[in-house]
Amino acid sequence: MKVLVIVGVAAVALGTAACGGKSSGGNSDGGKKTVKVGLAYDIGGRGDKSFNDAAAAGLERVKKDLNLDVKELEANKDETDNDKLSRLKLLCTSGYNPVIAVGFAYAGDKDTGPIASAAKACPNTKFAIIDDASVKAPNLANLTFAEEQGSFLVGAAAALKSKTGKVGFIGGCQVDLIKKFEAGYVAGAKAVKADIQVEPNYLSTVADKCSGFNDPAKGQTAAEGMFDQGADVVYQAAGGSGTGVFKAAKAKGKLAIGVDSDQYETSAPELKDVILTSMLKRVDNAVFQFVKDEGEGKFTAGETVFDLKADGVGYSTSGGKLDDIKSKLDEYKQQIIDGKITVPSKPANG
Amino acid sequence: MSEVAAPRRSWAERLDWRQLLPRLLAPVAALLIAALISSIALVISDKDPLAAFSSMLDYGTQPDSLVDILNKSTDYYIAAVAVAIGFRMNLFNIGVDGQYRLATLVAAAVGAAPFLDWAPGFLRIVLIVVIAMLVGAFWAGVAAVLKVTRGVSEVISTIMLNFIGGQIVAFLLTTNHLGVQAKGSNDVTTPVLPKDAWLSGIPLIPGSASDVKGFVVVAVLVGVGYWFLLGHTRLGFDLRASGQNATSAVASGVNARRMVLYAMLLSGGVAGLVGLSELLGERHAYSSSVGGLGFTAIGIALLGRNSPVGIALASLLWAFLARASQILDIEEIPKEIITIMQGTTVLAVVVAYELATRLSRRAQQRRVGAAVSEPGPDKSADRSEVPA
Repeated sequence: MKVLVIVGVAAVALGTAACGGKSSGGNSDGGKKTVKVGLAYDIGGRGDKSFNDAAAAGLERVKKDLNLDVKELEANKDETDNDKLSRLKLLCTSGYNPVIAVGFAYAGDKDTGPIASAAKACPNTKFAIIDDASVKAPNLANLTFAEEQGSFLVGAAAALKSKTGKVGFIGGCQVDLIKKFEAGYVAGAKAVKADIQVEPNYLSTVADKCSGFNDPAKGQTAAEGMFDQGADVVYQAAGGSGTGVFKAAKAKGKLAIGVDSDQYETSAPELKDVILTSMLKRVDNAVFQFVKDEGEGKFTAGETVFDLKADGVGYSTSGGKLDDIKSKLDEYKQQIIDGKITVPSKPANG
Repeated sequence: MSEVAAPRRSWAERLDWRQLLPRLLAPVAALLIAALISSIALVISDKDPLAAFSSMLDYGTQPDSLVDILNKSTDYYIAAVAVAIGFRMNLFNIGVDGQYRLATLVAAAVGAAPFLDWAPGFLRIVLIVVIAMLVGAFWAGVAAVLKVTRGVSEVISTIMLNFIGGQIVAFLLTTNHLGVQAKGSNDVTTPVLPKDAWLSGIPLIPGSASDVKGFVVVAVLVGVGYWFLLGHTRLGFDLRASGQNATSAVASGVNARRMVLYAMLLSGGVAGLVGLSELLGERHAYSSSVGGLGFTAIGIALLGRNSPVGIALASLLWAFLARASQILDIEEIPKEIITIMQGTTVLAVVVAYELATRLSRRAQQRRVGAAVSEPGPDKSADRSEVPA
C-alpha cells in the first residue's frame, strides 16, 4: 500500500550536473553512462508484501532492464520530517539523480516539507514523489494513481462472490488516499448489487503516524470483527497489516482481497487460498517509467496519474478464484476506460 | 550525614579521585563495550567495523550533520530531563510521549488561533511555551493524582495515558476539529502559525546552509534550571531525599505525597516543551511528525545518570548515532547496527555504574577502616556521595 516508503531513486547521468556539483571522476572513463539509482523506504519498508514491495519490484526492473546501479534506503521508526529530509539530501548530494520519494509521508508541508526542501536544496536533481500531488516544484514529478478505479473492480468481484450480501473494507489509515480505495470499492460493489452492505473500518489516523499500515494484529482483530458480523469478503488497503486480515479470513474460512502487489504471489503459502484477488497498484510501473523517461530526457514536472487506461491500476487473477467472473469484470474495466462509468474518489460520507 | 561536624574543605580537597575515577571511566568503558559488541555483529554480517565507524564519523561531523545533531539533541535533552526529574524522585514517567504530543497540539492550535490576531509574534511564542508546559504538566498531573490518592503506579498510568493522549490527539487532529489539510495532501496539521511567531534559527555552524534551531537556547535554560533546582533549592533537596530514602525523608518532615505531585508536574511541564523546537522552528504547525521520543528519552536519562551535564552528553551521542546511521545504508551496512549499539550502551552503562559504585564504596570502606584504626582529627570520609 502506500505508505511509508520513500524511494529515493537517483541516477547520475554523466553530463548531468549532479547536485552538489561533484560527479565522481572514476565513473567517467570511456564516456560510458553510469547511472546510480537509489531507493529509500519509510517505516514498514521492504518486506511488507504490498506497497513497499511493489516499489521494490520497480527498482529491481530498473536495475535489470535499464542496467543501472540502485540504492535502497530504509527509514527509522518514529523519525521526524527532518530525518526524511536528511535522507533525501543524502541521496542527492551523494550524486543520485533522479531521486524518487515513494509515499505521502515524505510530502509533509507543501512548502517546507521533506520533499519540497530537498527539491530546493538540490535544484539540479530530478525528484519524484509517489502518492502526493500537493507539493509542486520545477524539478519534482508527482506520481499518483487512480486507486478508486482498481478498487471498483475488486469491489465488483467482492459483490459477485459474496453470499451474505455483506462485505468489509479495512483501511490502514484514515487519510484521503485510502478513502479513495474505499470509495471505489463501495461503488464497484453497489454497481453489482445495489443493496449490498459495505462495512468500512480504519486502523489508524495521521495523528498516530498511520501506525495501522504496519500492525498485523490490529488488522486481524478488525477483520475478525467483520467476519463475525456476517461479512464474507474483506478488502484491505492496509499495507503490512494486510497479513493479519488474511490470517483472520483463514481462521474464519472467509475471503480477503489484497492490495498494491499481487498478494497471492507475495503471501505465505498457507494464506494463498483465502486471497480472492488483489487490487494492483503498479507502483513498480511508475518507478520504472519515471526512471526510464528521466534517462531519456523526458522528465515532466507536476502530476502524472496512473489509471486503468495506463495500466497503473488493475486486479490480479492468480489463484483462479475469479475465472468465472473475469469477463464481467473486464466489461466494467472497459466501461471505466471508455468513461461510461465514472468512479467516485471520495466515499459518500466524506 | 556527618558533614556538619567536618571542617570546611576546599572544592579541590573534596574531590576524591579514588571515588571519582571509576565513575568517570564507567561511561567510557560502556561505550567501548557497545562498540565491541556492534563490531562483533558487523563482523558476523561480513562487514568491516572500522570502515563502518569511520564513515559514520566522517558523515556525522560534516557541517550539515552537526546542525542536525544539535537540533536532534535539543529535543532529546528536554525529553530526557523530563524523565530524569521523575527518576530523581524514583518516579518512572513513561508518559513523556503522550504529554508532549498533547501539549504540542494544544499549544499549536492556540498559537495559530484567529482570536490572537492582535498579538505580536513574541507574545504568541511565550503563550505557546506556557500553554505547552501547562498541558504537559496537567497530563502528567493526572498520573500524579492517581498515585497520590489511589496508589496507582505511575508506570502503569503514564503508559495508559500515552494511549489516551494519542487518541485525543487523533480525535482533535481532524478537519472537523483542529486540523486543516492542504489540497492534494494526505497530511492533516493544525493551521500554520503566523510568520512573526516563527522562531528563527541561529547560524552556529559555519559551512552549513541550515541553522541550528533557536529553541536550543531553551534546552540550555532547562538544563541550568534543572541543575539549580536539584542542588540549590529546598524543593530539589526534598526531591532527592525522597528519591533516595522515602522513609527517612518523611521522618525529616518531607511531605512525600506533595513531592510526588510536584515531581510529576515538573516532569510533565518540561515534557511539554519537547515538541516546540519543531513547532516553532521548523514545521510551524502540529504534524504527525511529532511524537516518539518518550522511550528514547528514558535511555538517554539512564545513560546520562540523571545529571544535567551527563544527559547533555548522552543526547549528543544519541543524536550523533541517529544522524550517522543514515550513511550506513548508502555503504550497504545494515543500520540496525545503531540500534544494537544504543541498546548495548545503555545496558553497559547500567552495569558499569553498578560496578563503579561498588568499587568506590569498597575504596571508601577501606579508607574509613584505616581512619578508624589510627585515630586522627580529619578523614571523616563517610560522606556518602549522592548516587544518581
